[in-house]
Amino acid sequence: MTETTWTSPWAGLAVAGVAVLLGLVLASLDALVRGAPAPGGRPVLRAVTPLRAGARLLLERRRTTLAPDRLLRTVALVATPVLALLSAAVLPFGGRSVVSTSADLVWFNAAEALLWAAVWLLGWGPNAVHPLVGAYRFLAQGLAYELPLMFAIITVGVGAGSLRATDVVAAQADGNWFLWTMPVAFVVFLLGAAAFAFWGPFRAPAGADLAGGVLAEVSGVDRLLVQVGRAVFLGVAAATAAAWFLGGQDGPVLPGPVWYALKTLAVMALLVGVGRRWPVVRPERFADVAWVVLLPATILQSAVAAVLVLGGFYR
Amino acid sequence: MTELTLQVVLTVAAALVGTGLFGALSQQSIVMVMMGLELVVNGVLLAAGAAWAFLTPQLPGAQVLVLMATVVMAVEMAMGFAVALAIYRARQVDTVDAAEDLAG
Amino acid sequence: MTELLVLAALGGVAVCTGVLVFVVDSMARATFSLLASFLATGAALLVMDLAYLGLLTILMMTIEMAIMAVFMIMLMMNPAGLVPMTMVHNTTGSAVVGAAAFVLLTVGVWTTDWPDRPGPPPDDATAQVGEAVMGDYMLVMILVGVVLLATMVAGIALATHRGRYDRFGPDLDRRAPDDPVRGGLPR
Repeated sequence: MTETTWTSPWAGLAVAGVAVLLGLVLASLDALVRGAPAPGGRPVLRAVTPLRAGARLLLERRRTTLAPDRLLRTVALVATPVLALLSAAVLPFGGRSVVSTSADLVWFNAAEALLWAAVWLLGWGPNAVHPLVGAYRFLAQGLAYELPLMFAIITVGVGAGSLRATDVVAAQADGNWFLWTMPVAFVVFLLGAAAFAFWGPFRAPAGADLAGGVLAEVSGVDRLLVQVGRAVFLGVAAATAAAWFLGGQDGPVLPGPVWYALKTLAVMALLVGVGRRWPVVRPERFADVAWVVLLPATILQSAVAAVLVLGGFYR
Repeated sequence: MTELTLQVVLTVAAALVGTGLFGALSQQSIVMVMMGLELVVNGVLLAAGAAWAFLTPQLPGAQVLVLMATVVMAVEMAMGFAVALAIYRARQVDTVDAAEDLAG
Repeated sequence: MTELLVLAALGGVAVCTGVLVFVVDSMARATFSLLASFLATGAALLVMDLAYLGLLTILMMTIEMAIMAVFMIMLMMNPAGLVPMTMVHNTTGSAVVGAAAFVLLTVGVWTTDWPDRPGPPPDDATAQVGEAVMGDYMLVMILVGVVLLATMVAGIALATHRGRYDRFGPDLDRRAPDDPVRGGLPR
């Protein structure tokens, strides 16, 4: 199955660049919607706020805490952006991806699950109270979002009859987007994406009530790494949703990559537009909703997809 | 070459089993004992995977064995933590030595 | 040859981090050392063309170890290892048993006359295991499902300290349960 993988080493770099770009676009959209401080009093320039904040973090001096666990802290700081880039490795572009295994969907899921370890270590590393409480909040939130997210991903695999990302896109050719038959899985996937990037309504692990939670004691370049990781993860998740539920490059008239970009932008706009209008959800409340409402809903959703597969709907 | 690779991987699996056994037997804390057991099952995972790749790639049996090993780990974790919590609640015990009277 | 070297390197990582679990003082480091061992095993499975099982191992073990860390910190004295301490018993005996198991298994591994591989691995190992658990091994999977359900019920029954009388009152006549943590749904 080599034809679904790029063999050129440049492909990896290119996709990493695309992933960073996705993160930047998402952060800019987020800054626009959030109403970040506008440089020079011009609201349009809000879009460059993430770049300015990033440059400031580059110059900022790093703070350290008393007796931190340096090794584990470093692991967490490096792991967050690396995992975000790894999740982009299975993004399908024109029938290919950087990594193409027979279980790409699980690859994305595993990259996101490794965040559990990274975020917990981020909270454990500094040897301070607020980050540790934030880390525990993330685990509680993880127990809530993980199973519905897994079922949402499984539903995609059921519909495509394959766990390979390029097969998933191929199965949605000619407007047979999975969104039409899997709306619940689509919504849950985006909820899960916001939750694992602890962003928007799910930012309780880094909440203001915890003085920044897991982010309270990271500063300078360290903070930049984590924030870039979160933004890239969310941006890649939006592109993944566009590929898995909206058919990726599928669309009339316009060339495929344009469709792909438009769909990704639309998903990002939806994510940011809705996500920034919700108040922060407390993890224990979300856990209740996730297990009592979302989990049965996603199981039903995958059952619906399975019945449709048996009825020959997807081909 | 496949035979040599198989033997090397199985030796690694044996080392994992041996290390895990040492940990499970020598540690006092209940949670650390569980870590040792996990390491033993880790060896089983690796050995079953190697058996599939180098002995019977045409048959799914070894793959199912890997799945079973992960299930065993999940069950071991869930029950282990539940028992650790229960005995800690009942008598503030967190080491196996303090629970010797439970031995049949 | 490359496969052998990569697998040997990953195996070395798995064993070294596995040993470190019982060497380091910090419980957090011990837990994540064990996770590193599992990640190396998962990567080895990936190298051996077992994409689904390798990724599954990585995914599951990460979540398991994150939960494990919570329990390690909760139930262990000295979780950060800031004060050197050992909590071991019968180290010599345990070492002998562990070493004996290793030697026994290794002798078996190197003296067995392993059969030749009948053919190359299939194109899609994931499809192979998927068809197996939905076909010949269906009964196994049904049993696994029951076992996991029983585990969930038993685990909650053992771990919780509040029964239905605590939640619904001595006569079980409370409409909404009295829980210390409020859920997110209106009840």
